[in-house]
Amino acid sequence: MIAEYLSQSIASFVGTACFGVIFQIPKRSLVHCGLAGMVGWIVYYGLIKADADPIAATWASAVLIGLIAHYLAIRFKVPVTVFSVSGIIPLVPGGMAYDAMLNVVQNDYPTAMQLGAKAFMLSGAIAVGLVFSEVINQVSKKARKRAF
Amino acid sequence: MEQSSVRCKEIVEICVLAGKIMLENGGETYRVEDTMMRIATAYGAEGPQSFVMPTGIMFAIEGTESATRLVRISRRSTNLSKVTEVNDISRRIAGGHLQPAEARALLKGVECGEPVYPLRIQLLLAALASGCFLILYEGTWSDMPAAMLCGGTGFWLLGWMTRLSSIRLFGELIAALAVGLLSYLAVRLGVGQQHSTIMIASVMPLVPGLLITNAVRDLMAGHLVSGISKGAEAFLTAFAIGAGIGIALTFNA
Repeated sequence: MIAEYLSQSIASFVGTACFGVIFQIPKRSLVHCGLAGMVGWIVYYGLIKADADPIAATWASAVLIGLIAHYLAIRFKVPVTVFSVSGIIPLVPGGMAYDAMLNVVQNDYPTAMQLGAKAFMLSGAIAVGLVFSEVINQVSKKARKRAF
Repeated sequence: MEQSSVRCKEIVEICVLAGKIMLENGGETYRVEDTMMRIATAYGAEGPQSFVMPTGIMFAIEGTESATRLVRISRRSTNLSKVTEVNDISRRIAGGHLQPAEARALLKGVECGEPVYPLRIQLLLAALASGCFLILYEGTWSDMPAAMLCGGTGFWLLGWMTRLSSIRLFGELIAALAVGLLSYLAVRLGVGQQHSTIMIASVMPLVPGLLITNAVRDLMAGHLVSGISKGAEAFLTAFAIGAGIGIALTFNA
């Protein structure tokens, strides 16, 4: 169990940091980018292992990644996308889309449609999660301004 | 009067240059508009107006002296370091620390700057990313070399194809197809065991992550045209990858 979580954390950290390199983010942001991706993925993984709905898990993880990205962006004065872009990549429903494609090739269209719709909903959950984090960020920014 | 007209033109030029660099390197449309307006306001321009789309920038200063520029964006790539650098420069301009001439020189430097990571490193790390994603998708450790090989080849092929032809979708399709065929080959040769996980992990470097995030952020900022067009591009990319994998799957069946 611990070994599983450990290998997942290392793989998600290295994987998202590598994606940061593909997107050419500044060198000083690489470690933070990897951390954001790692925290997001571990939350997703934990929720899935606890039998949560994949859509809810994806959403929650996307919100968390968005919030971390906003915090890091303000802290280090870097565009938010630097952190959020690679963080959400592991959440992309590649496996589901693959299964859908496999069923298309096998002429089983009803199953393919079902899986395709699920993959579409999962990508929607990523988008909605990002929107949520943005809204939370805006509200907290306004609240902070009012406090001063 | 003459002097203020020259200054007005200079401000517009700086704004458009900053916007162009950001847009060409994967900045969100709303960020481009915001940055240009901030720079113009910091230099005391009256009534700056901007209109940005993924394929072009229009920028104008209205007032006693007016100037307008239109720039077409034809080549787009991803280099978030450049976006960050322009962001920093605009912050310094807004803080009043940079004169127009200095700002222009700095922006020109960013425009001509080399990528932070050379292609070799990018390729290597794209391969490593595929290997890591294999672990995330519950593949076995013994499949890791195969996934790294397939992922690296797919990423390299995408770069090569986009240099060869301007149609990006075709490059994505070919890259995904190659990934699919290679993973079958790897399993046939006994380098890997599960071709499905290898395939899924190896196409990850092709996934349009930046387009998805930018589409969402632009739509939220009210840039409907940019948001929808970027969303459509992301969808088409996903479709091309799916088609490539689909063709590869038929070869096996």
